[in-house]
Amino acid sequence: MTVQGLIDAIPLSVFHLDDPDRPVEGGYCGDLLSWVMGRAPAGGAWLTIMSNVNVAAVAALADTACVVLAEGVTPDPPLLEKARAQGITLLGTDLSVYDCAVRLGGLIEA
Amino acid sequence: MDDCITLTYAVEGGDLTHAGEASSGVKQALRKLGLDPSVIRRVSVCMYEGEINMVIHANGGTARVDVGLDDITITLTDTGPGIPDIEKAMQAGFTTAADSVRDLGFGAGMGLPNMKKYSDEMKVESVLGVGTTVTMVIRIE
Repeated sequence: MTVQGLIDAIPLSVFHLDDPDRPVEGGYCGDLLSWVMGRAPAGGAWLTIMSNVNVAAVAALADTACVVLAEGVTPDPPLLEKARAQGITLLGTDLSVYDCAVRLGGLIEA
Repeated sequence: MDDCITLTYAVEGGDLTHAGEASSGVKQALRKLGLDPSVIRRVSVCMYEGEINMVIHANGGTARVDVGLDDITITLTDTGPGIPDIEKAMQAGFTTAADSVRDLGFGAGMGLPNMKKYSDEMKVESVLGVGTTVTMVIRIE
């Protein structure tokens, strides 16, 4: 499943799309950035409700395939700016983190 | 240890907006050297946590990274207030960070424990009113 595949299937809104063809190889849910930075798998989708600029730094550090802001959260302007500058795919959904993770899991398993 | 490369960065104090720039720079440099992704990840986490600590608690500092053939040594030096009780500071969950920092997803008392977890050796030296130096070694397999 690619990032674009997830966008179409879940579906997800797009704040910034860097590499639509990047494969998504798992996922991670978390809001405590110190926790996420050491544990989110590279190439995975990171589901969070955090929207500040440090999300971009953690996503870059962990090399996630995409960040999904759940629960209708929108990125703070500095986050969007940094995502564009650093080539981080930033997506969104009104779904809860749980519901989004369930759909993601179904799609990746399939 | 024979050093191949030394990288140095100034970490600005103040807000957390710029935290991560040094770790991002190191990450890119290590990638160019073709190091194992898991080593790069560990170095990046140690660096980023250290940067955040220096920004939050010490109004910035300097980060030095020595890349050797067998290991990578990160030295973080600040002239902040110092750590009164290092043993306590190393405990997971212990924090003196402000609520404003916690709202950003940090300050949960995981910085130093994370740095210890992701490094092979770690030394914290601190003098109250003078500053703190954290040295971490990450071995290259």
